[in-house]
Amino acid sequence: MPLNAEQTIEKVRGSRIWRSVFRSGTGNSTLHRALAIQQNIFLHLFATKVRKRMVRFSATWFLGTLTFGTFLILVITGILLMLYYHPSVPQAYADMKDLQFVVSSGLFLRNLHRWSAQLMVFLVFAHMFKVFYRGAYRAPREFNWVVGIVLLLITLLLSYTGYLLPWDQLAFWAITVGSNLSSAVPLVGNKIHFLLLGGNQVNANALLRFYVLHCVVLPIAAVLFIAVHFWRIRKDGGLYVQQSEPKVSRASDSIEPAQEVK
Amino acid sequence: MPNESLAVTKKLPTEFDRRAFFTRIGLGSLGIAAAGTIVFTYEFLSPNVLFEPSAIVNLGKPEDFAVNSVTMDVNSAIYVVRAEEGFFALSEICTHLGCLTAWNQDLGIIVCPCHGSKFTRTGEKIEGPAPKPLPWLKTWVSDDGDLLVDRSTNIPPLQYLRI
Repeated sequence: MPLNAEQTIEKVRGSRIWRSVFRSGTGNSTLHRALAIQQNIFLHLFATKVRKRMVRFSATWFLGTLTFGTFLILVITGILLMLYYHPSVPQAYADMKDLQFVVSSGLFLRNLHRWSAQLMVFLVFAHMFKVFYRGAYRAPREFNWVVGIVLLLITLLLSYTGYLLPWDQLAFWAITVGSNLSSAVPLVGNKIHFLLLGGNQVNANALLRFYVLHCVVLPIAAVLFIAVHFWRIRKDGGLYVQQSEPKVSRASDSIEPAQEVK
Repeated sequence: MPNESLAVTKKLPTEFDRRAFFTRIGLGSLGIAAAGTIVFTYEFLSPNVLFEPSAIVNLGKPEDFAVNSVTMDVNSAIYVVRAEEGFFALSEICTHLGCLTAWNQDLGIIVCPCHGSKFTRTGEKIEGPAPKPLPWLKTWVSDDGDLLVDRSTNIPPLQYLRI
Protein backbone atom coordinates (compact mmCIF):
# COMPACT_ATOMS: atom_id res chain seq x y z
CA MET A 1 0.00 0.00 0.00
CA PRO A 2 1.51 3.37 -1.01
CA LEU A 3 2.25 5.81 1.80
CA ASN A 4 0.53 9.20 1.95
CA ALA A 5 2.51 12.43 2.43
CA GLU A 6 2.21 12.43 6.20
CA GLN A 7 3.35 8.83 6.49
CA THR A 8 6.27 9.51 4.14
CA ILE A 9 7.44 12.42 6.30
CA GLU A 10 7.10 10.23 9.40
CA LYS A 11 9.13 7.49 7.71
CA VAL A 12 11.88 9.92 6.78
CA ARG A 13 11.92 11.39 10.28
CA GLY A 14 12.16 7.91 11.74
CA SER A 15 15.03 6.85 9.49
CA ARG A 16 18.51 6.27 10.84
CA ILE A 17 20.05 9.12 8.84
CA TRP A 18 17.48 11.66 10.05
CA ARG A 19 17.86 10.47 13.62
CA SER A 20 21.63 10.81 13.38
CA VAL A 21 21.22 14.51 12.46
CA PHE A 22 18.28 15.50 14.66
CA ARG A 23 18.78 14.17 18.15
CA SER A 24 15.35 15.04 19.52
CA GLY A 25 13.51 12.11 17.90
CA THR A 26 9.99 12.09 16.53
CA GLY A 27 6.67 12.46 18.22
CA ASN A 28 4.06 15.06 18.99
CA SER A 29 4.38 14.99 22.74
CA THR A 30 5.17 18.21 24.56
CA LEU A 31 8.52 16.72 25.55
CA HIS A 32 9.46 15.95 21.96
CA ARG A 33 8.43 19.38 20.76
CA ALA A 34 10.43 21.00 23.54
CA LEU A 35 13.43 18.79 22.72
CA ALA A 36 13.23 19.78 19.04
CA ILE A 37 13.93 23.37 20.12
CA GLN A 38 16.35 22.58 22.92
CA GLN A 39 18.50 20.14 20.93
CA ASN A 40 18.98 22.42 17.90
CA ILE A 41 22.05 24.66 17.89
CA PHE A 42 20.18 27.58 16.31
CA LEU A 43 16.78 27.17 17.96
CA HIS A 44 18.17 26.55 21.44
CA LEU A 45 18.82 30.30 21.69
CA PHE A 46 15.06 30.59 22.09
CA ALA A 47 12.77 29.32 24.83
CA THR A 48 11.28 25.85 24.39
CA LYS A 49 7.91 27.22 25.44
CA VAL A 50 6.51 30.72 25.23
CA ARG A 51 3.31 32.28 26.45
CA LYS A 52 0.85 32.84 23.64
CA ARG A 53 0.49 36.53 24.47
CA MET A 54 4.24 37.03 24.00
CA VAL A 55 4.10 36.07 20.32
CA ARG A 56 1.00 38.10 19.49
CA PHE A 57 1.52 40.93 16.99
CA SER A 58 0.44 43.53 19.55
CA ALA A 59 3.22 42.54 21.97
CA THR A 60 6.16 43.57 19.78
CA TRP A 61 4.71 44.49 16.36
CA PHE A 62 7.38 41.93 15.25
CA LEU A 63 9.85 44.82 14.88
CA GLY A 64 12.87 42.84 16.12
CA THR A 65 12.05 39.89 13.85
CA LEU A 66 11.58 42.22 10.88
CA THR A 67 14.94 43.86 11.61
CA PHE A 68 16.57 40.42 11.63
CA GLY A 69 14.75 39.67 8.36
CA THR A 70 16.29 42.72 6.69
CA PHE A 71 19.68 41.66 8.08
CA LEU A 72 19.31 38.24 6.42
CA ILE A 73 18.33 39.88 3.11
CA LEU A 74 21.38 42.15 3.40
CA VAL A 75 23.71 39.20 4.05
CA ILE A 76 22.38 37.21 1.09
CA THR A 77 22.26 40.11 -1.40
CA GLY A 78 25.59 41.40 -0.07
CA ILE A 79 27.36 38.10 -0.73
CA LEU A 80 25.94 38.05 -4.27
CA LEU A 81 27.01 41.66 -4.93
CA MET A 82 30.53 40.80 -3.73
CA LEU A 83 30.88 38.42 -6.70
CA TYR A 84 30.91 41.36 -9.15
CA TYR A 85 32.40 44.18 -7.07
CA HIS A 86 36.15 44.96 -6.83
CA PRO A 87 37.09 47.35 -4.03
CA SER A 88 39.69 49.23 -6.11
CA VAL A 89 39.69 52.83 -7.29
CA PRO A 90 39.64 52.16 -11.08
CA GLN A 91 36.99 49.45 -10.85
CA ALA A 92 34.59 50.20 -7.99
CA TYR A 93 32.39 52.78 -9.72
CA ALA A 94 32.38 50.87 -13.02
CA ASP A 95 31.46 47.63 -11.21
CA MET A 96 28.56 49.39 -9.54
CA LYS A 97 27.35 50.64 -12.94
CA ASP A 98 27.84 47.15 -14.42
CA LEU A 99 25.69 45.74 -11.65
CA GLN A 100 22.99 48.20 -12.64
CA PHE A 101 23.12 47.81 -16.42
CA VAL A 102 25.02 44.65 -17.41
CA VAL A 103 24.63 41.93 -14.77
CA SER A 104 21.36 39.98 -14.92
CA SER A 105 19.20 40.88 -11.92
CA GLY A 106 22.09 43.11 -10.73
CA LEU A 107 19.89 46.18 -10.55
CA PHE A 108 17.31 44.27 -8.53
CA LEU A 109 19.91 42.89 -6.09
CA ARG A 110 21.66 46.22 -5.64
CA ASN A 111 18.39 48.04 -5.00
CA LEU A 112 17.24 45.27 -2.67
CA HIS A 113 20.50 45.68 -0.73
CA ARG A 114 20.22 49.45 -0.63
CA TRP A 115 16.56 49.63 0.35
CA SER A 116 16.88 46.84 2.91
CA ALA A 117 19.75 48.79 4.47
CA GLN A 118 17.59 51.91 4.74
CA LEU A 119 14.71 49.82 6.10
CA MET A 120 16.96 48.09 8.64
CA VAL A 121 18.07 51.42 10.12
CA PHE A 122 14.42 52.53 10.29
CA LEU A 123 13.30 49.22 11.88
CA VAL A 124 16.12 49.29 14.45
CA PHE A 125 14.93 52.72 15.60
CA ALA A 126 11.26 51.64 15.54
CA HIS A 127 12.15 48.53 17.60
CA MET A 128 14.07 50.67 20.11
CA PHE A 129 11.22 53.19 20.43
CA LYS A 130 8.78 50.34 21.02
CA VAL A 131 11.04 48.81 23.69
CA PHE A 132 11.67 52.21 25.27
CA TYR A 133 8.10 53.45 25.44
CA ARG A 134 6.79 50.13 26.75
CA GLY A 135 9.46 50.14 29.44
CA ALA A 136 10.75 46.75 28.28
CA TYR A 137 14.33 47.88 28.87
CA ARG A 138 13.90 47.74 32.66
CA ALA A 139 15.17 45.01 34.98
CA PRO A 140 15.91 42.23 34.33
CA ARG A 141 16.37 43.25 30.70
CA GLU A 142 18.82 46.17 31.18
CA PHE A 143 21.77 44.25 29.75
CA ASN A 144 19.85 43.22 26.64
CA TRP A 145 19.05 46.91 26.10
CA VAL A 146 22.80 47.61 26.21
CA VAL A 147 23.42 44.77 23.71
CA GLY A 148 20.75 46.45 21.57
CA ILE A 149 22.62 49.77 21.75
CA VAL A 150 25.76 47.99 20.52
CA LEU A 151 23.71 46.50 17.67
CA LEU A 152 22.41 49.99 16.82
CA LEU A 153 26.01 51.23 16.57
CA ILE A 154 27.01 48.23 14.42
CA THR A 155 24.00 48.89 12.15
CA LEU A 156 24.97 52.54 11.74
CA LEU A 157 28.62 51.63 11.08
CA LEU A 158 27.55 49.04 8.49
CA SER A 159 25.41 51.70 6.85
CA TYR A 160 28.27 54.22 6.93
CA THR A 161 30.97 51.88 5.61
CA GLY A 162 28.66 50.68 2.83
CA TYR A 163 28.09 54.27 1.76
CA LEU A 164 31.65 54.61 0.40
CA LEU A 165 31.60 51.48 -1.76
CA PRO A 166 29.79 52.92 -4.86
CA TRP A 167 32.78 55.31 -5.07
CA ASP A 168 30.80 58.18 -6.56
CA GLN A 169 30.91 61.86 -5.61
CA LEU A 170 28.20 61.44 -2.96
CA ALA A 171 30.12 58.55 -1.37
CA PHE A 172 33.46 60.36 -1.51
CA TRP A 173 32.25 63.57 0.12
CA ALA A 174 30.04 61.85 2.66
CA ILE A 175 33.00 59.79 3.87
CA THR A 176 35.34 62.80 3.72
CA VAL A 177 32.94 64.70 5.98
CA GLY A 178 32.11 61.69 8.17
CA SER A 179 35.70 60.63 8.73
CA ASN A 180 36.65 64.20 9.62
CA LEU A 181 34.27 63.89 12.56
CA SER A 182 36.68 61.34 14.05
CA SER A 183 39.44 63.98 13.95
CA ALA A 184 37.48 65.89 16.57
CA VAL A 185 38.27 63.24 19.23
CA PRO A 186 40.66 64.89 21.71
CA LEU A 187 44.37 63.95 21.45
CA VAL A 188 44.02 60.80 19.32
CA GLY A 189 41.51 62.15 16.76
CA ASN A 190 44.02 62.54 13.93
CA LYS A 191 45.48 59.08 14.61
CA ILE A 192 42.00 57.49 14.48
CA HIS A 193 41.33 59.36 11.23
CA PHE A 194 44.62 58.11 9.77
CA LEU A 195 43.98 54.50 10.82
CA LEU A 196 40.38 54.55 9.59
CA LEU A 197 41.31 55.82 6.13
CA GLY A 198 44.74 54.18 5.95
CA GLY A 199 46.09 57.57 4.85
CA ASN A 200 45.40 61.28 5.02
CA GLN A 201 42.60 61.35 2.48
CA VAL A 202 39.80 59.14 1.16
CA ASN A 203 41.74 57.00 -1.30
CA ALA A 204 42.45 53.40 -2.36
CA ASN A 205 43.37 52.35 1.20
CA ALA A 206 40.19 53.88 2.62
CA LEU A 207 38.07 52.07 0.03
CA LEU A 208 39.69 48.72 0.88
CA ARG A 209 39.44 49.27 4.64
CA PHE A 210 35.79 50.24 4.44
CA TYR A 211 35.15 47.19 2.24
CA VAL A 212 36.76 44.82 4.77
CA LEU A 213 34.91 46.48 7.65
CA HIS A 214 31.62 46.35 5.73
CA CYS A 215 31.90 42.77 4.46
CA VAL A 216 33.84 40.96 7.20
CA VAL A 217 34.47 42.70 10.52
CA LEU A 218 31.12 44.38 11.17
CA PRO A 219 28.90 41.48 9.94
CA ILE A 220 30.78 39.04 12.22
CA ALA A 221 30.33 41.44 15.14
CA ALA A 222 26.65 41.81 14.24
CA VAL A 223 26.06 38.03 14.15
CA LEU A 224 27.75 37.57 17.55
CA PHE A 225 25.76 40.34 19.21
CA ILE A 226 22.50 39.23 17.56
CA ALA A 227 23.07 35.73 19.00
CA VAL A 228 23.61 37.17 22.49
CA HIS A 229 20.57 39.45 22.03
CA PHE A 230 18.27 36.50 21.16
CA TRP A 231 19.69 34.26 23.88
CA ARG A 232 19.18 36.96 26.51
CA ILE A 233 15.47 37.20 25.63
CA ARG A 234 15.07 33.64 26.95
CA LYS A 235 17.37 34.19 29.93
CA ASP A 236 15.54 37.38 30.91
CA GLY A 237 12.17 35.66 31.01
CA GLY A 238 10.97 35.92 27.44
CA LEU A 239 9.57 38.83 25.48
CA TYR A 240 8.13 41.63 27.55
CA VAL A 241 4.35 41.70 27.76
CA GLN A 242 2.82 44.64 29.51
CA GLN A 243 -0.14 42.88 31.12
CA SER A 244 0.39 40.41 33.94
CA GLU A 245 4.16 40.38 33.61
CA PRO A 246 5.27 37.43 35.75
CA LYS A 247 7.91 38.10 38.33
CA VAL A 248 11.21 37.32 36.65
CA SER A 249 14.28 36.69 38.71
CA ARG A 250 17.90 36.26 37.82
CA ALA A 251 19.66 33.00 38.58
CA SER A 252 21.51 34.71 41.44
CA ASP A 253 18.22 35.93 42.94
CA SER A 254 17.09 32.36 43.61
CA ILE A 255 19.64 31.99 46.40
CA GLU A 256 17.23 33.09 49.09
CA PRO A 257 18.21 33.81 52.68
CA ALA A 258 17.74 30.71 54.82
CA GLN A 259 15.00 32.10 57.06
CA GLU A 260 12.69 32.61 54.09
CA VAL A 261 12.79 28.96 53.09
CA LYS A 262 10.57 27.34 55.66
CA MET B 1 43.34 25.58 70.47
CA PRO B 2 42.60 25.07 66.76
CA ASN B 3 42.81 28.81 66.11
CA GLU B 4 46.35 28.99 67.38
CA SER B 5 47.53 26.12 65.17
CA LEU B 6 45.91 27.88 62.19
CA ALA B 7 47.75 31.06 63.04
CA VAL B 8 51.03 29.19 63.07
CA THR B 9 50.55 27.55 59.67
CA LYS B 10 49.17 30.76 58.09
CA LYS B 11 51.70 32.23 55.72
CA LEU B 12 53.08 35.67 56.16
CA PRO B 13 51.97 38.10 53.45
CA THR B 14 55.55 38.56 52.25
CA GLU B 15 56.05 34.82 51.80
CA PHE B 16 56.03 33.71 48.23
CA ASP B 17 55.46 30.12 47.16
CA ARG B 18 56.41 28.54 43.87
CA ARG B 19 52.84 28.51 42.55
CA ALA B 20 52.34 32.25 43.14
CA PHE B 21 55.70 32.94 41.54
CA PHE B 22 54.86 31.04 38.35
CA THR B 23 51.35 32.52 38.24
CA ARG B 24 52.84 36.00 38.33
CA ILE B 25 55.42 35.14 35.68
CA GLY B 26 52.64 33.70 33.50
CA LEU B 27 50.33 36.68 33.94
CA GLY B 28 53.23 39.08 33.38
CA SER B 29 54.18 37.34 30.12
CA LEU B 30 50.58 37.43 28.94
CA GLY B 31 50.44 41.14 29.77
CA ILE B 32 53.61 41.84 27.81
CA ALA B 33 52.32 39.74 24.89
CA ALA B 34 49.00 41.63 24.92
CA ALA B 35 50.77 45.01 24.97
CA GLY B 36 53.02 43.83 22.12
CA THR B 37 49.99 42.70 20.13
CA ILE B 38 48.40 46.14 20.51
CA VAL B 39 51.60 47.86 19.34
CA PHE B 40 52.07 45.46 16.39
CA THR B 41 48.41 45.84 15.36
CA TYR B 42 48.64 49.61 15.51
CA GLU B 43 51.83 49.61 13.44
CA PHE B 44 50.39 47.15 10.94
CA LEU B 45 47.31 49.34 10.46
CA SER B 46 49.41 52.49 9.90
CA PRO B 47 50.72 52.43 6.31
CA ASN B 48 54.42 53.30 6.00
CA VAL B 49 54.19 54.21 2.32
CA LEU B 50 51.31 56.23 0.95
CA PHE B 51 50.46 56.50 -2.72
CA GLU B 52 49.05 59.95 -2.28
CA PRO B 53 49.96 62.97 -4.41
CA SER B 54 53.01 64.91 -3.21
CA ALA B 55 52.35 67.68 -0.72
CA ILE B 56 54.50 70.07 -2.75
CA VAL B 57 52.79 71.60 -5.76
CA ASN B 58 54.47 73.45 -8.61
CA LEU B 59 52.26 76.33 -9.79
CA GLY B 60 54.44 77.63 -12.60
CA LYS B 61 55.80 81.13 -13.05
CA PRO B 62 54.64 83.86 -10.63
CA GLU B 63 54.24 86.30 -13.52
CA ASP B 64 51.32 84.23 -14.81
CA PHE B 65 49.18 85.38 -11.86
CA ALA B 66 47.64 88.82 -12.23
CA VAL B 67 47.79 91.27 -9.34
CA ASN B 68 44.67 91.12 -7.15
CA SER B 69 43.68 87.71 -8.49
CA VAL B 70 42.53 84.54 -6.76
CA THR B 71 43.35 81.34 -8.65
CA MET B 72 41.61 78.15 -7.63
CA ASP B 73 43.61 74.97 -8.24
CA VAL B 74 41.00 72.27 -7.71
CA ASN B 75 43.39 69.35 -8.30
CA SER B 76 45.72 70.36 -5.50
CA ALA B 77 42.96 71.97 -3.38
CA ILE B 78 44.68 75.35 -2.91
CA TYR B 79 44.03 79.00 -3.70
CA VAL B 80 46.89 81.07 -5.03
CA VAL B 81 46.28 84.71 -4.23
CA ARG B 82 48.34 87.51 -5.63
CA ALA B 83 47.57 90.56 -3.54
CA GLU B 84 49.30 93.92 -3.78
CA GLU B 85 51.40 92.93 -0.76
CA GLY B 86 52.61 89.75 -2.50
CA PHE B 87 51.73 86.10 -3.00
CA PHE B 88 50.15 83.67 -0.60
CA ALA B 89 48.51 80.22 -0.82
CA LEU B 90 45.44 79.12 1.11
CA SER B 91 44.09 75.65 1.65
CA GLU B 92 40.82 75.07 -0.18
CA ILE B 93 39.74 72.45 2.36
CA CYS B 94 37.08 73.74 4.73
CA THR B 95 38.17 73.60 8.38
CA HIS B 96 34.70 72.41 9.37
CA LEU B 97 34.45 68.90 7.89
CA GLY B 98 36.86 68.82 4.98
CA CYS B 99 34.70 69.80 2.00
CA LEU B 100 36.23 71.63 -0.93
CA THR B 101 35.39 75.34 -0.77
CA ALA B 102 35.02 77.56 -3.86
CA TRP B 103 35.99 81.14 -4.72
CA ASN B 104 33.02 83.34 -5.54
CA GLN B 105 34.32 86.05 -7.87
CA ASP B 106 31.17 88.19 -7.72
CA LEU B 107 31.00 88.41 -3.93
CA GLY B 108 34.76 88.28 -3.50
CA ILE B 109 34.56 85.61 -0.81
CA ILE B 110 35.32 81.90 -0.37
CA VAL B 111 32.22 79.76 0.21
CA CYS B 112 31.85 76.16 1.35
CA PRO B 113 29.00 74.33 -0.42
CA CYS B 114 28.49 71.73 2.32
CA HIS B 115 27.49 73.69 5.42
CA GLY B 116 27.68 77.32 4.29
CA SER B 117 30.88 78.60 5.89
CA LYS B 118 32.18 81.82 4.33
CA PHE B 119 35.74 83.15 4.38
CA THR B 120 37.50 86.28 3.22
CA ARG B 121 40.22 86.18 0.61
CA THR B 122 42.80 85.94 3.38
CA GLY B 123 41.06 82.93 4.91
CA GLU B 124 39.37 84.61 7.87
CA LYS B 125 35.95 83.24 8.71
CA ILE B 126 33.00 85.53 8.01
CA GLU B 127 30.24 83.16 9.12
CA GLY B 128 29.26 79.50 9.32
CA PRO B 129 30.25 76.45 11.37
CA ALA B 130 33.97 76.39 10.46
CA PRO B 131 35.93 76.52 13.74
CA LYS B 132 39.16 77.92 12.27
CA PRO B 133 40.24 80.20 9.41
CA LEU B 134 41.55 78.60 6.22
CA PRO B 135 45.25 77.94 6.85
CA TRP B 136 48.01 79.76 4.99
CA LEU B 137 50.43 77.35 3.31
CA LYS B 138 54.19 77.58 3.00
CA THR B 139 55.01 79.24 -0.34
CA TRP B 140 58.38 79.90 -1.95
CA VAL B 141 60.09 80.29 -5.32
CA SER B 142 62.26 77.47 -6.61
CA ASP B 143 65.72 77.90 -8.17
CA ASP B 144 64.02 77.64 -11.56
CA GLY B 145 61.80 80.58 -10.72
CA ASP B 146 58.62 78.48 -10.20
CA LEU B 147 56.11 79.16 -7.46
CA LEU B 148 55.98 76.20 -5.05
CA VAL B 149 53.49 75.46 -2.29
CA ASP B 150 53.86 72.89 0.50
CA ARG B 151 50.32 71.79 1.38
CA SER B 152 51.46 69.95 4.51
CA THR B 153 53.05 73.01 6.17
CA ASN B 154 50.93 75.81 7.58
CA ILE B 155 52.38 79.25 8.24
CA PRO B 156 51.00 82.10 10.33
CA PRO B 157 48.64 84.33 8.30
CA LEU B 158 49.68 87.55 6.56
CA GLN B 159 53.18 86.35 5.69
CA TYR B 160 53.17 87.44 2.07
CA LEU B 161 55.75 86.16 -0.39
CA ARG B 162 57.29 89.20 -2.06
CA ILE B 163 59.09 88.61 -5.31
